[in-house]
Amino acid sequence: MDTYTFLIQLLNGIQYGLLLFLVASGLTLIFGIMGVINLSHGSFYMVGAYLAWSLSQHLGSFWIALPTGIVLSVALGMLLEWLFIKHLYRRDHLQQVLLTYGLILIFSELRSILWGDDVHSVAVPALLAGSIPLTEMLSYPVYRLWLSLVCVILAGLMYYLIQHTKLGMMIRAGASNREMTQSLGINIDVLYRSVFALGVALAAFAGMIAAPVSSVFPGMGNQVLIVCFVVVVIGGIGSVKGAMAAALLIGLVDTFGKVVEVEIGGLRILPELAGMSIYVFMAIVLLWRPEGLLVRRQH
Amino acid sequence: MSDGTLIEARGIHAYYGASHVLHGIDFVVRRGETIGLMGRNGMGKTTLLKSILGLLPPRAGSVRVRGIDLTRAAPFRVARAGIAYVPEGRGIFPNLSVKENLVMAARPGHDGRTEWTLDRAFDTFPRLRERINHGGQQLSGGEQQMLTIARVLLTNPDLLILDEATEGLAPLVAQEIWRILHQIRETGISSIIVDKNFSAVSAISDRNIILVKGQVVFEGDSDTLRAQPETLRAHLGV
Ligand SMILES: Nc1ncnc2c1ncn2[C@@H]1O[C@H](COP(=O)(O)OP(=O)(O)OP(=O)(O)O)[C@@H](O)[C@H]1O
Ligand SMILES: [Mg+2]
Repeated sequence: MDTYTFLIQLLNGIQYGLLLFLVASGLTLIFGIMGVINLSHGSFYMVGAYLAWSLSQHLGSFWIALPTGIVLSVALGMLLEWLFIKHLYRRDHLQQVLLTYGLILIFSELRSILWGDDVHSVAVPALLAGSIPLTEMLSYPVYRLWLSLVCVILAGLMYYLIQHTKLGMMIRAGASNREMTQSLGINIDVLYRSVFALGVALAAFAGMIAAPVSSVFPGMGNQVLIVCFVVVVIGGIGSVKGAMAAALLIGLVDTFGKVVEVEIGGLRILPELAGMSIYVFMAIVLLWRPEGLLVRRQH
Repeated sequence: MSDGTLIEARGIHAYYGASHVLHGIDFVVRRGETIGLMGRNGMGKTTLLKSILGLLPPRAGSVRVRGIDLTRAAPFRVARAGIAYVPEGRGIFPNLSVKENLVMAARPGHDGRTEWTLDRAFDTFPRLRERINHGGQQLSGGEQQMLTIARVLLTNPDLLILDEATEGLAPLVAQEIWRILHQIRETGISSIIVDKNFSAVSAISDRNIILVKGQVVFEGDSDTLRAQPETLRAHLGV
Protein backbone atom coordinates (compact mmCIF):
# COMPACT_ATOMS: atom_id res chain seq x y z
CA MET A 1 0.00 0.00 0.00
CA ASP A 2 1.55 3.29 -1.02
CA THR A 3 1.36 6.49 0.95
CA TYR A 4 -1.57 7.94 -0.95
CA THR A 5 -3.69 4.81 -0.76
CA PHE A 6 -2.88 4.72 2.93
CA LEU A 7 -3.89 8.37 3.31
CA ILE A 8 -7.15 7.77 1.49
CA GLN A 9 -7.98 4.76 3.64
CA LEU A 10 -7.05 6.72 6.73
CA LEU A 11 -9.46 9.50 5.76
CA ASN A 12 -12.15 6.96 4.91
CA GLY A 13 -11.66 5.24 8.24
CA ILE A 14 -11.88 8.51 10.16
CA GLN A 15 -14.93 9.59 8.21
CA TYR A 16 -16.69 6.28 8.84
CA GLY A 17 -15.74 6.46 12.51
CA LEU A 18 -17.10 9.99 12.87
CA LEU A 19 -20.36 8.96 11.27
CA LEU A 20 -20.59 6.00 13.63
CA PHE A 21 -20.01 8.38 16.49
CA LEU A 22 -23.06 10.47 15.59
CA VAL A 23 -25.25 7.39 15.81
CA ALA A 24 -23.49 5.75 18.76
CA SER A 25 -23.38 8.91 20.89
CA GLY A 26 -27.17 9.05 20.94
CA LEU A 27 -27.33 5.37 21.83
CA THR A 28 -24.88 5.76 24.69
CA LEU A 29 -26.50 9.01 25.94
CA ILE A 30 -29.94 7.46 26.04
CA PHE A 31 -28.57 4.46 27.87
CA GLY A 32 -26.31 6.43 30.20
CA ILE A 33 -28.87 9.06 31.14
CA MET A 34 -32.22 7.36 30.94
CA GLY A 35 -31.06 3.78 31.37
CA VAL A 36 -32.90 2.69 28.23
CA ILE A 37 -31.46 0.17 25.78
CA ASN A 38 -32.82 1.42 22.48
CA LEU A 39 -32.65 -1.22 19.77
CA SER A 40 -34.58 1.01 17.40
CA HIS A 41 -31.75 3.53 17.29
CA GLY A 42 -30.48 2.15 13.98
CA SER A 43 -33.93 2.70 12.50
CA PHE A 44 -33.49 6.43 12.93
CA TYR A 45 -30.33 6.26 10.82
CA MET A 46 -32.30 4.41 8.14
CA VAL A 47 -35.19 6.88 8.39
CA GLY A 48 -32.69 9.74 8.03
CA ALA A 49 -31.23 8.27 4.85
CA TYR A 50 -34.67 7.70 3.32
CA LEU A 51 -35.71 11.20 4.36
CA ALA A 52 -32.65 12.62 2.59
CA TRP A 53 -33.54 10.67 -0.54
CA SER A 54 -37.25 11.43 -0.53
CA LEU A 55 -37.01 15.06 0.60
CA SER A 56 -34.24 15.85 -1.91
CA GLN A 57 -36.55 14.63 -4.65
CA HIS A 58 -39.64 16.43 -3.44
CA LEU A 59 -37.97 19.65 -2.38
CA GLY A 60 -35.47 19.65 -5.22
CA SER A 61 -32.38 20.25 -3.10
CA PHE A 62 -30.26 18.36 -0.61
CA TRP A 63 -29.69 21.64 1.24
CA ILE A 64 -33.40 22.10 1.87
CA ALA A 65 -33.89 18.41 2.61
CA LEU A 66 -31.29 18.54 5.39
CA PRO A 67 -32.90 21.11 7.75
CA THR A 68 -36.37 19.76 6.96
CA GLY A 69 -35.20 16.28 7.86
CA ILE A 70 -33.70 17.54 11.13
CA VAL A 71 -36.95 19.21 12.14
CA LEU A 72 -38.92 16.07 11.28
CA SER A 73 -36.57 13.80 13.20
CA VAL A 74 -36.64 15.99 16.32
CA ALA A 75 -40.43 15.87 16.16
CA LEU A 76 -40.32 12.11 15.66
CA GLY A 77 -38.04 11.76 18.68
CA MET A 78 -40.32 13.86 20.90
CA LEU A 79 -43.36 11.89 19.78
CA LEU A 80 -41.72 8.48 20.33
CA GLU A 81 -40.49 9.47 23.77
CA TRP A 82 -43.94 10.64 24.74
CA LEU A 83 -45.74 7.63 23.30
CA PHE A 84 -43.38 4.79 24.20
CA ILE A 85 -39.98 5.46 25.67
CA LYS A 86 -41.05 7.34 28.81
CA HIS A 87 -42.83 4.22 29.97
CA LEU A 88 -39.55 2.32 29.90
CA TYR A 89 -37.52 4.36 32.39
CA ARG A 90 -38.37 2.23 35.40
CA ARG A 91 -38.77 -1.05 33.53
CA ASP A 92 -36.17 -3.76 33.24
CA HIS A 93 -33.96 -4.21 30.21
CA LEU A 94 -35.97 -7.13 28.80
CA GLN A 95 -39.05 -4.96 28.44
CA GLN A 96 -36.97 -2.18 26.89
CA VAL A 97 -35.49 -4.59 24.38
CA LEU A 98 -38.92 -6.00 23.50
CA LEU A 99 -40.55 -2.64 22.96
CA THR A 100 -37.71 -1.12 20.99
CA TYR A 101 -37.41 -4.29 18.90
CA GLY A 102 -41.08 -3.83 18.13
CA LEU A 103 -40.27 -0.31 16.99
CA ILE A 104 -37.68 -1.70 14.54
CA LEU A 105 -40.39 -3.83 12.95
CA ILE A 106 -42.81 -0.90 12.83
CA PHE A 107 -40.26 1.40 11.21
CA SER A 108 -39.27 -1.25 8.73
CA GLU A 109 -42.91 -1.80 7.76
CA LEU A 110 -43.62 1.92 7.56
CA ARG A 111 -40.57 2.39 5.35
CA SER A 112 -41.78 -0.37 3.08
CA ILE A 113 -45.23 1.24 2.81
CA LEU A 114 -43.99 4.81 2.40
CA TRP A 115 -40.85 4.38 0.37
CA GLY A 116 -40.84 0.79 -0.89
CA ASP A 117 -38.06 -1.81 -0.61
CA ASP A 118 -35.78 -0.60 -3.39
CA VAL A 119 -32.22 0.54 -3.08
CA HIS A 120 -31.74 4.21 -3.86
CA SER A 121 -28.91 6.61 -4.22
CA VAL A 122 -28.71 10.27 -3.37
CA ALA A 123 -26.61 12.54 -5.56
CA VAL A 124 -23.76 14.42 -3.95
CA PRO A 125 -24.86 18.08 -3.84
CA ALA A 126 -23.30 20.10 -6.66
CA LEU A 127 -21.58 22.47 -4.28
CA LEU A 128 -19.47 19.62 -2.85
CA ALA A 129 -19.27 17.41 -5.92
CA GLY A 130 -15.59 18.03 -6.64
CA SER A 131 -12.50 16.07 -5.74
CA ILE A 132 -9.14 17.08 -4.45
CA PRO A 133 -6.39 15.51 -6.57
CA LEU A 134 -3.68 13.73 -4.61
CA THR A 135 -1.64 12.24 -7.43
CA GLU A 136 -2.31 11.93 -11.16
CA MET A 137 -4.33 8.82 -10.48
CA LEU A 138 -5.82 9.39 -7.05
CA SER A 139 -8.12 12.05 -5.66
CA TYR A 140 -10.31 12.49 -2.62
CA PRO A 141 -13.97 13.63 -2.78
CA VAL A 142 -14.73 17.00 -1.22
CA TYR A 143 -18.07 15.73 0.06
CA ARG A 144 -16.36 13.17 2.32
CA LEU A 145 -14.15 15.87 3.79
CA TRP A 146 -17.17 18.08 4.39
CA LEU A 147 -18.96 15.16 6.03
CA SER A 148 -16.06 14.60 8.43
CA LEU A 149 -15.87 18.28 9.23
CA VAL A 150 -19.58 18.46 10.03
CA CYS A 151 -19.26 15.44 12.32
CA VAL A 152 -16.31 17.01 14.14
CA ILE A 153 -18.21 20.26 14.63
CA LEU A 154 -21.25 18.41 15.94
CA ALA A 155 -19.11 16.35 18.30
CA GLY A 156 -17.53 19.57 19.60
CA LEU A 157 -20.91 21.19 20.10
CA MET A 158 -22.17 18.15 21.91
CA TYR A 159 -19.13 18.09 24.17
CA TYR A 160 -19.64 21.76 24.96
CA LEU A 161 -23.35 21.25 25.62
CA ILE A 162 -22.82 18.39 28.02
CA GLN A 163 -19.71 19.63 29.81
CA HIS A 164 -20.07 23.37 29.89
CA THR A 165 -23.69 24.46 29.79
CA LYS A 166 -26.22 24.53 32.60
CA LEU A 167 -28.44 22.28 30.51
CA GLY A 168 -25.63 19.74 30.26
CA MET A 169 -25.10 19.88 34.03
CA MET A 170 -28.82 19.23 34.55
CA ILE A 171 -28.66 16.29 32.16
CA ARG A 172 -25.70 14.78 33.98
CA ALA A 173 -27.36 15.45 37.34
CA GLY A 174 -30.51 13.72 36.11
CA ALA A 175 -28.46 10.71 35.09
CA SER A 176 -27.04 10.44 38.59
CA ASN A 177 -30.13 11.12 40.72
CA ARG A 178 -33.49 11.63 39.09
CA GLU A 179 -35.47 12.38 42.24
CA MET A 180 -32.99 14.93 43.56
CA THR A 181 -32.85 16.69 40.22
CA GLN A 182 -36.62 17.10 40.22
CA SER A 183 -36.60 18.37 43.77
CA LEU A 184 -34.31 21.16 42.64
CA GLY A 185 -37.09 22.42 40.37
CA ILE A 186 -36.02 20.79 37.13
CA ASN A 187 -38.67 19.28 34.88
CA ILE A 188 -36.97 16.01 34.18
CA ASP A 189 -39.67 14.75 31.82
CA VAL A 190 -38.96 17.60 29.43
CA LEU A 191 -35.23 17.13 29.91
CA TYR A 192 -35.38 13.42 29.06
CA ARG A 193 -37.65 14.04 26.09
CA SER A 194 -35.12 16.54 24.74
CA VAL A 195 -32.19 14.17 25.23
CA PHE A 196 -34.06 11.41 23.43
CA ALA A 197 -35.02 13.72 20.58
CA LEU A 198 -31.39 14.87 20.36
CA GLY A 199 -30.28 11.24 20.04
CA VAL A 200 -32.86 10.56 17.35
CA ALA A 201 -31.91 13.70 15.45
CA LEU A 202 -28.20 12.84 15.57
CA ALA A 203 -28.80 9.34 14.21
CA ALA A 204 -31.17 10.58 11.51
CA PHE A 205 -28.76 13.37 10.58
CA ALA A 206 -25.97 10.82 10.26
CA GLY A 207 -28.22 8.83 7.90
CA MET A 208 -28.98 11.95 5.88
CA ILE A 209 -25.40 13.02 5.34
CA ALA A 210 -24.28 9.43 4.76
CA ALA A 211 -26.87 8.94 2.01
CA PRO A 212 -24.77 10.53 -0.80
CA VAL A 213 -21.73 8.33 -0.01
CA SER A 214 -23.50 5.04 0.65
CA SER A 215 -26.61 3.64 -0.91
CA VAL A 216 -30.00 3.97 0.75
CA PHE A 217 -31.32 0.47 1.43
CA PRO A 218 -33.80 -1.26 3.78
CA GLY A 219 -31.33 -3.07 6.03
CA MET A 220 -29.02 -0.12 6.67
CA GLY A 221 -30.48 0.59 10.11
CA ASN A 222 -29.77 -2.83 11.54
CA GLN A 223 -26.31 -2.89 10.05
CA VAL A 224 -25.34 0.37 11.73
CA LEU A 225 -27.08 -0.60 14.98
CA ILE A 226 -24.87 -3.64 15.46
CA VAL A 227 -21.68 -1.72 14.79
CA CYS A 228 -22.87 1.05 17.11
CA PHE A 229 -23.45 -1.41 19.93
CA VAL A 230 -19.87 -2.56 19.41
CA VAL A 231 -18.80 1.10 19.67
CA VAL A 232 -20.82 1.71 22.83
CA VAL A 233 -19.52 -1.44 24.50
CA ILE A 234 -15.90 -0.71 23.61
CA GLY A 235 -16.16 2.94 24.62
CA GLY A 236 -17.82 2.13 27.91
CA ILE A 237 -21.60 2.24 28.25
CA GLY A 238 -22.82 5.78 28.85
CA SER A 239 -19.53 7.48 27.99
CA VAL A 240 -19.74 9.95 25.11
CA LYS A 241 -15.97 10.47 25.08
CA GLY A 242 -15.51 6.70 25.04
CA ALA A 243 -17.92 6.47 22.12
CA MET A 244 -15.79 8.96 20.19
CA ALA A 245 -12.57 7.03 20.80
CA ALA A 246 -14.21 3.69 20.06
CA ALA A 247 -15.99 4.94 16.94
CA LEU A 248 -12.72 6.20 15.45
CA LEU A 249 -10.95 2.96 16.29
CA ILE A 250 -13.74 0.86 14.82
CA GLY A 251 -13.83 3.06 11.73
CA LEU A 252 -10.13 2.51 11.19
CA VAL A 253 -10.11 -1.20 12.04
CA ASP A 254 -13.02 -1.83 9.70
CA THR A 255 -11.60 0.23 6.84
CA PHE A 256 -8.10 -1.17 7.01
CA GLY A 257 -9.41 -4.65 7.77
CA LYS A 258 -11.01 -4.60 4.34
CA VAL A 259 -7.95 -3.54 2.39
CA VAL A 260 -5.05 -5.13 4.18
CA GLU A 261 -4.26 -8.72 3.33
CA VAL A 262 -2.79 -10.41 6.33
CA GLU A 263 -0.74 -13.55 6.27
CA ILE A 264 -0.58 -15.62 9.44
CA GLY A 265 1.55 -18.74 9.32
CA GLY A 266 1.28 -19.03 5.58
CA LEU A 267 -2.51 -18.65 5.76
CA ARG A 268 -3.84 -15.71 3.80
CA ILE A 269 -6.70 -13.94 5.50
CA LEU A 270 -8.86 -12.56 2.76
CA PRO A 271 -10.35 -9.10 2.85
CA GLU A 272 -13.74 -10.81 2.64
CA LEU A 273 -13.21 -12.22 6.10
CA ALA A 274 -12.28 -8.81 7.40
CA GLY A 275 -15.91 -8.08 8.25
CA MET A 276 -15.03 -9.92 11.43
CA SER A 277 -12.20 -7.59 12.31
CA ILE A 278 -14.25 -5.23 14.47
CA TYR A 279 -15.66 -8.11 16.53
CA VAL A 280 -12.22 -9.54 17.08
CA PHE A 281 -11.14 -6.05 18.08
CA MET A 282 -14.06 -5.79 20.52
CA ALA A 283 -13.16 -9.12 22.10
CA ILE A 284 -9.57 -8.00 22.60
CA VAL A 285 -10.59 -4.66 24.14
CA LEU A 286 -13.06 -6.32 26.47
CA LEU A 287 -10.51 -8.86 27.66
CA TRP A 288 -8.20 -6.00 28.42
CA ARG A 289 -10.77 -3.55 29.83
CA PRO A 290 -14.11 -5.21 30.56
CA GLU A 291 -15.79 -1.92 31.40
CA GLY A 292 -14.79 -0.24 28.18
CA LEU A 293 -12.00 2.07 27.15
CA LEU A 294 -12.88 5.28 28.93
CA VAL A 295 -15.02 4.27 31.87
CA ARG A 296 -13.38 4.88 35.20
CA ARG A 297 -13.63 1.89 37.44
CA GLN A 298 -16.24 2.61 40.12
CA HIS A 299 -15.89 1.66 43.83
CA MET B 1 -42.16 39.43 58.09
CA SER B 2 -45.79 38.68 57.26
CA ASP B 3 -47.46 35.88 59.20
CA GLY B 4 -49.16 34.44 56.09
CA THR B 5 -49.36 30.71 55.67
CA LEU B 6 -46.71 29.21 53.45
CA ILE B 7 -47.66 25.55 53.56
CA GLU B 8 -50.93 24.08 54.65
CA ALA B 9 -51.29 20.32 54.60
CA ARG B 10 -54.63 18.86 55.71
CA GLY B 11 -55.60 15.28 56.49
CA ILE B 12 -52.58 13.69 54.86
CA HIS B 13 -52.76 9.92 54.43
CA ALA B 14 -49.72 8.36 52.82
CA TYR B 15 -48.99 4.76 51.90
CA TYR B 16 -46.10 2.68 50.68
CA GLY B 17 -47.98 0.10 48.66
CA ALA B 18 -50.45 -1.41 51.11
CA SER B 19 -48.77 -0.12 54.25
CA HIS B 20 -50.50 2.91 55.68
CA VAL B 21 -47.82 5.23 57.06
CA LEU B 22 -49.39 8.65 57.67
CA HIS B 23 -52.80 8.73 59.33
CA GLY B 24 -54.40 12.08 58.67
CA ILE B 25 -51.73 14.67 59.46
CA ASP B 26 -52.45 18.39 59.61
CA PHE B 27 -49.37 20.48 59.18
CA VAL B 28 -48.90 24.22 58.73
CA VAL B 29 -45.80 26.33 58.13
CA ARG B 30 -46.02 30.10 58.26
CA ARG B 31 -43.64 32.56 56.64
CA GLY B 32 -40.39 32.97 58.49
CA GLU B 33 -41.17 30.13 60.87
CA THR B 34 -38.73 27.41 61.88
CA ILE B 35 -40.33 24.06 62.64
CA GLY B 36 -38.68 21.17 64.44
CA LEU B 37 -40.14 17.90 63.21
CA MET B 38 -39.32 15.11 65.64
CA GLY B 39 -40.10 11.51 66.46
CA ARG B 40 -38.35 8.18 66.78
CA ASN B 41 -37.14 6.13 63.83
CA GLY B 42 -39.78 5.06 61.38
CA MET B 43 -42.52 7.35 62.73
CA GLY B 44 -43.12 9.01 59.36
CA LYS B 45 -41.07 12.21 59.36
CA THR B 46 -39.43 11.61 55.99
CA THR B 47 -42.71 10.33 54.60
CA LEU B 48 -44.48 13.53 55.62
CA LEU B 49 -41.80 15.63 53.93
CA LYS B 50 -42.07 13.55 50.77
CA SER B 51 -45.84 13.92 50.69
CA ILE B 52 -45.48 17.67 50.84
CA LEU B 53 -42.77 17.68 48.18
CA GLY B 54 -44.74 15.63 45.67
CA LEU B 55 -42.23 12.79 45.89
CA LEU B 56 -44.81 10.52 47.51
CA PRO B 57 -48.23 11.89 46.56
CA PRO B 58 -50.65 11.43 49.48
CA ARG B 59 -53.62 9.16 48.88
CA ALA B 60 -55.94 11.46 50.78
CA GLY B 61 -55.65 15.01 52.03
CA SER B 62 -54.43 18.22 50.44
CA VAL B 63 -51.24 20.24 50.25
CA ARG B 64 -51.42 23.95 49.57
CA VAL B 65 -48.47 26.26 49.04
CA ARG B 66 -49.43 29.92 49.50
CA GLY B 67 -53.03 28.84 49.07
CA ILE B 68 -52.39 27.11 45.75
CA ASP B 69 -53.29 23.44 45.60
CA LEU B 70 -50.20 21.36 44.85
CA THR B 71 -51.48 18.09 46.27
CA ARG B 72 -50.37 15.73 43.54
CA ALA B 73 -48.18 18.18 41.66
CA ALA B 74 -44.88 17.05 40.14
CA PRO B 75 -41.93 17.55 42.51
CA PHE B 76 -40.40 20.20 40.25
CA ARG B 77 -43.55 22.34 40.58
CA VAL B 78 -43.37 22.19 44.35
CA ALA B 79 -39.71 23.15 44.16
CA ARG B 80 -40.54 26.03 41.82
CA ALA B 81 -43.05 27.27 44.39
CA GLY B 82 -40.06 27.99 46.63
CA ILE B 83 -39.77 24.78 48.62
CA ALA B 84 -36.19 23.52 48.90
CA TYR B 85 -35.30 20.02 50.03
CA VAL B 86 -32.14 18.65 51.56
CA PRO B 87 -32.84 14.91 51.74
CA GLU B 88 -31.57 12.26 54.09
CA GLY B 89 -28.27 11.04 52.71
CA ARG B 90 -27.67 14.42 51.05
CA GLY B 91 -28.13 13.73 47.36
CA ILE B 92 -25.18 15.59 45.89
CA PHE B 93 -24.33 14.68 42.31
CA PRO B 94 -21.01 12.82 42.56
CA ASN B 95 -20.39 13.10 38.83
CA LEU B 96 -20.53 16.91 38.92
CA SER B 97 -17.95 19.27 40.37
CA VAL B 98 -18.77 21.45 43.38
CA LYS B 99 -19.31 24.42 41.13
CA GLU B 100 -21.48 22.45 38.71
CA ASN B 101 -23.57 21.10 41.59
CA LEU B 102 -24.32 24.72 42.49
CA VAL B 103 -24.69 26.21 39.03
CA MET B 104 -27.11 23.55 37.78
CA ALA B 105 -29.60 24.45 40.51
CA ALA B 106 -29.23 28.23 40.65
CA ARG B 107 -32.28 30.25 39.71
CA PRO B 108 -34.29 33.22 40.94
CA GLY B 109 -36.80 32.49 43.68
CA HIS B 110 -40.54 32.15 43.41
CA ASP B 111 -41.03 35.93 43.44
CA GLY B 112 -37.97 36.68 41.33
CA ARG B 113 -35.58 37.25 44.26
CA THR B 114 -31.89 36.68 43.57
CA GLU B 115 -30.46 37.23 47.04
CA TRP B 116 -28.47 34.03 46.92
CA THR B 117 -25.68 34.08 44.39
CA LEU B 118 -22.69 31.83 43.91
CA ASP B 119 -20.53 34.40 45.71
CA ARG B 120 -22.82 34.64 48.69
CA ALA B 121 -22.98 30.85 48.92
CA PHE B 122 -19.19 30.71 48.94
CA ASP B 123 -19.06 33.44 51.61
CA THR B 124 -21.41 31.37 53.75
CA PHE B 125 -19.50 28.15 53.11
CA PRO B 126 -15.85 29.16 52.57
CA ARG B 127 -14.80 25.48 52.51
CA LEU B 128 -16.73 25.00 49.32
CA ARG B 129 -14.86 27.80 47.63
CA GLU B 130 -11.60 25.96 48.33
CA ARG B 131 -13.09 22.84 46.74
CA ILE B 132 -14.76 24.58 43.82
CA ASN B 133 -13.38 22.31 41.11
CA HIS B 134 -13.39 19.10 43.08
CA GLY B 135 -15.75 16.31 42.08
CA GLY B 136 -18.76 15.79 44.34
CA GLN B 137 -17.47 12.38 45.39
CA GLN B 138 -14.18 13.82 46.67
CA LEU B 139 -15.84 15.78 49.48
CA SER B 140 -15.98 14.85 53.16
CA GLY B 141 -19.40 14.19 54.71
CA GLY B 142 -19.54 17.68 56.18
CA GLU B 143 -18.57 19.32 52.91
CA GLN B 144 -21.19 17.29 51.08
CA GLN B 145 -23.80 18.51 53.53
CA MET B 146 -22.67 22.11 53.07
CA LEU B 147 -22.86 21.64 49.33
CA THR B 148 -26.44 20.36 49.49
CA ILE B 149 -27.49 23.28 51.68
CA ALA B 150 -25.67 25.83 49.52
CA ARG B 151 -27.22 24.27 46.43
CA VAL B 152 -30.80 24.70 47.62
CA LEU B 153 -30.10 28.21 48.88
CA LEU B 154 -29.17 29.11 45.30
CA THR B 155 -32.75 28.30 44.31
CA ASN B 156 -33.67 31.32 46.48
CA PRO B 157 -36.30 29.37 48.42
CA ASP B 158 -38.96 30.52 50.87
CA LEU B 159 -38.78 27.27 52.79
CA LEU B 160 -35.83 25.05 53.52
CA ILE B 161 -36.56 21.43 54.42
CA LEU B 162 -33.67 19.61 56.09
CA ASP B 163 -33.95 15.89 56.76
CA GLU B 164 -31.26 14.72 59.20
CA ALA B 165 -28.78 17.28 57.96
CA THR B 166 -26.27 16.64 60.74
CA GLU B 167 -26.52 12.86 60.81
CA GLY B 168 -23.19 11.12 60.79
CA LEU B 169 -21.16 14.33 61.00
CA ALA B 170 -18.35 14.97 63.46
CA PRO B 171 -19.57 17.15 66.37
CA LEU B 172 -17.56 20.18 65.29
CA VAL B 173 -18.86 19.96 61.73
CA ALA B 174 -22.41 19.51 62.99
CA GLN B 175 -21.93 22.61 65.14
CA GLU B 176 -20.82 24.54 62.10
CA ILE B 177 -23.96 23.46 60.25
CA TRP B 178 -26.17 24.56 63.14
CA ARG B 179 -24.42 27.93 63.22
CA ILE B 180 -25.17 28.38 59.53
CA LEU B 181 -28.79 27.30 59.99
CA HIS B 182 -29.18 30.03 62.63
CA GLN B 183 -27.66 32.46 60.17
CA ILE B 184 -30.07 31.39 57.43
CA ARG B 185 -32.99 31.70 59.85
CA GLU B 186 -32.06 35.33 60.42
CA THR B 187 -32.55 36.04 56.71
CA GLY B 188 -36.24 35.19 57.09
CA ILE B 189 -36.30 31.87 55.25
CA SER B 190 -38.71 29.39 56.84
CA SER B 191 -37.48 25.92 57.60
CA ILE B 192 -38.53 22.47 58.65
CA ILE B 193 -35.74 20.72 60.49
CA VAL B 194 -35.73 17.00 61.17
CA ASP B 195 -32.90 16.06 63.51
CA LYS B 196 -32.12 13.65 66.34
CA ASN B 197 -30.39 16.36 68.38
CA PHE B 198 -33.24 17.65 70.54
CA SER B 199 -31.35 20.47 72.23
CA ALA B 200 -30.05 21.86 68.95
CA VAL B 201 -33.48 21.65 67.32
CA SER B 202 -35.31 23.20 70.25
CA ALA B 203 -32.78 26.04 70.35
CA ILE B 204 -33.61 27.11 66.79
CA SER B 205 -37.29 26.18 66.37
CA ASP B 206 -40.33 28.41 66.83
CA ARG B 207 -42.61 25.41 66.94
CA ASN B 208 -42.11 21.67 67.32
CA ILE B 209 -44.13 18.75 66.07
CA ILE B 210 -43.73 15.19 67.28
CA LEU B 211 -44.93 12.28 65.18
CA VAL B 212 -45.79 8.86 66.51
CA LYS B 213 -46.82 6.18 64.02
CA GLY B 214 -47.90 8.68 61.45
CA GLN B 215 -49.88 10.92 63.78
CA VAL B 216 -49.13 14.23 65.48
CA VAL B 217 -48.91 13.71 69.24
CA PHE B 218 -47.44 17.07 70.22
CA GLU B 219 -47.36 20.53 68.76
CA GLY B 220 -45.96 23.55 70.58
CA ASP B 221 -42.98 25.80 71.19
CA SER B 222 -39.74 24.63 72.71
CA ASP B 223 -40.44 25.94 76.22
CA THR B 224 -43.74 24.07 76.35
CA LEU B 225 -42.01 20.93 75.14
CA ARG B 226 -39.17 21.21 77.65
CA ALA B 227 -41.78 21.53 80.39
CA GLN B 228 -43.15 18.09 79.48
CA PRO B 229 -40.36 15.67 80.37
CA GLU B 230 -42.72 12.69 80.07
CA THR B 231 -43.49 13.59 76.41
CA LEU B 232 -39.78 13.91 75.72
CA ARG B 233 -38.99 10.61 77.34
CA ALA B 234 -41.87 8.70 75.74
CA HIS B 235 -41.56 9.97 72.19
CA LEU B 236 -38.00 11.15 71.76
CA GLY B 237 -36.10 9.12 74.32
CA VAL B 238 -34.54 12.29 75.74
N1 LIG C 1 -39.80 2.98 50.55
C1 LIG C 1 -40.52 2.44 51.58
N2 LIG C 1 -41.27 1.33 51.36
C2 LIG C 1 -42.00 0.78 52.36
N3 LIG C 1 -42.04 1.25 53.60
C3 LIG C 1 -41.31 2.35 53.87
C4 LIG C 1 -40.52 2.99 52.88
N4 LIG C 1 -39.91 4.06 53.43
C5 LIG C 1 -40.31 4.08 54.71
N5 LIG C 1 -41.15 3.07 54.99
C6 LIG C 1 -41.81 2.79 56.27
O1 LIG C 1 -42.64 3.89 56.59
C7 LIG C 1 -42.53 4.22 57.95
C8 LIG C 1 -42.13 5.68 58.09
O2 LIG C 1 -40.83 5.86 57.56
P1 LIG C 1 -40.09 7.25 57.50
O3 LIG C 1 -38.89 7.07 56.67
O4 LIG C 1 -41.06 8.29 57.11
O5 LIG C 1 -39.69 7.44 59.01
P2 LIG C 1 -38.77 8.55 59.67
O6 LIG C 1 -39.57 9.12 60.77
O7 LIG C 1 -38.23 9.46 58.64
O8 LIG C 1 -37.63 7.65 60.29
P3 LIG C 1 -36.04 7.87 60.39
O9 LIG C 1 -35.81 8.64 61.62
O10 LIG C 1 -35.53 6.48 60.50
O11 LIG C 1 -35.60 8.56 59.16
C9 LIG C 1 -41.54 3.26 58.55
O12 LIG C 1 -42.25 2.24 59.21
C10 LIG C 1 -40.79 2.70 57.38
O13 LIG C 1 -40.43 1.37 57.61
MG1 LIG D 1 -36.37 9.78 57.90
